[in-house]
Amino acid sequence: MKPNKLKTHNLGKRYPFLLTGISFVFMLLIWDLLARFSGWSSQVFPGPLPVFVSMGELLRNGTLLKHTVASLFRITIGFYLAVMLGLPLGMLLGRNKTCNTMLNPIIQFLKPISPIAWIPLAMLWFGIGDMPAIFLIFLASFFPLVVSTTITVSTINPVFFQVAANFNFTRMETITKIIIPAITPATITALRLSLAIAWLVVVAAEMIAVRSGLGYLILDSRNALRMDYVMAGMIVIGVIGLLLDFIMRRMGRLESTSWQRSDIR
Amino acid sequence: MGHIIINSVCKEYRNRRKIARMDESIKSKFQDPIPVLDKIDLEFNDGEMVCILGPSGCGKSTMLRIIAGFEAATSGRVTIDGNIVERPSSDNIFVFQNNGLLPWMTVWENIGLSVRQMQDSRSRREKIAEHIEIVELEGFEHHYPHQLSGGMRRRAELARALAVNPNVMIMDEPFSGLDFITHMKMREEVVNMHKFTGKTTLIVTHDIDDALIMGDRIVVLDGRPARIKMNHQLDFPRPRDFQKIPALNKLRQQIFLMEGISYAV
Repeated sequence: MKPNKLKTHNLGKRYPFLLTGISFVFMLLIWDLLARFSGWSSQVFPGPLPVFVSMGELLRNGTLLKHTVASLFRITIGFYLAVMLGLPLGMLLGRNKTCNTMLNPIIQFLKPISPIAWIPLAMLWFGIGDMPAIFLIFLASFFPLVVSTTITVSTINPVFFQVAANFNFTRMETITKIIIPAITPATITALRLSLAIAWLVVVAAEMIAVRSGLGYLILDSRNALRMDYVMAGMIVIGVIGLLLDFIMRRMGRLESTSWQRSDIR
Repeated sequence: MGHIIINSVCKEYRNRRKIARMDESIKSKFQDPIPVLDKIDLEFNDGEMVCILGPSGCGKSTMLRIIAGFEAATSGRVTIDGNIVERPSSDNIFVFQNNGLLPWMTVWENIGLSVRQMQDSRSRREKIAEHIEIVELEGFEHHYPHQLSGGMRRRAELARALAVNPNVMIMDEPFSGLDFITHMKMREEVVNMHKFTGKTTLIVTHDIDDALIMGDRIVVLDGRPARIKMNHQLDFPRPRDFQKIPALNKLRQQIFLMEGISYAV
């Protein structure tokens, strides 16, 4: 093999941010070209420049921050609720056959129902405000978390439970010393995926039930025919989604999962 | 401590597979219980090293698992020091064929499981360090199992088992998957450890040489369901050498014949 060929392959490893930066610049360029030559007016399809100018406006007058905080608040509450209830339930279903037979069909039945379909009921039950949005985020992340935790727990190597029995582990010790460490790596991936789903849903929920949040910003801007604000909202949603995913990925490299890695110290 | 009596133990597995499309006679045959152990009667004395020999799939591992309390016998019973075995206990530690170390814990933490009930943290640390020294794993205390070689992992698991100070050590094919030299070293270590601790040790193996070199007694199981084909006290001096002890060599050829294979090809 030629040595310079190897070097090209390592480019992504050596300059990860540079490469990502280049592709983003390229995307902006295409966007600009499309906006320029689409034939639509700047009101209908604004290019990157006017959108960033409007974004600066929204940042300066605090609107953007207010809506972002509102969305993040809802996703935090809804997602934490889902984690707090979903992970223990998943562990129970993964370990206990009776509970699994009783509850798993119900969960599998509720899972494919899109959280969006719950909007009418959520509004009727919780009125207007944060609650229906939080409820929808909860639904969106709860079911995937339960299902993936159930599967991960049920696939833990049975030898480890035999070790637990052999060393007279208490029930609590089995949970803290076997189940939780065993499922941590897969659970972080599951959290990552369900957080992404929750982020999708929060925007949809805010278009209907509330008067704040990034979803509301987009809807309100559409009503005002400000497509530049719509696009600014979309960009912020994308950036925050990227950041959330980045944080979750970092979590995957914590000490608690390092036993899996082969490149450790 | 460590006197084991196995009293007419039988074990049957039930085949739960449904074979709907087959005709009745085959169906009933498949649903019949599959006998694995047939009235096994054995008695192991305190401090004895017993090697249980037999072809793979003959039920020797099942017998060990019943002695350890992981599985219940269909009929008959096992008593250790007068107590009927009903569940796993840290009085009889099982050393697993495939790594029983918890992969999310370092060597230190794994051995720490055995002494976790000790109140005084200093004597706990000393005990762990002492057992790491016994198996010569100094310098690898804070390595995770996946960072160790196969032989080191077995030694760590041996240390963990010894640290409990059990009455009985139960080993299921402790040398399987090791390379020849590591196998020989481990064999020596197990024999030395047994000499040192004097614990009743049960070793399941399919290696005739291992059994003859190591055992104070050799038990040969064979057939389906398994019956005891040979239960022989080995009063040969150690170190044992097939060349120097003709009687040992004769016994070896006898077992070869019994298994239906010729030693000299």
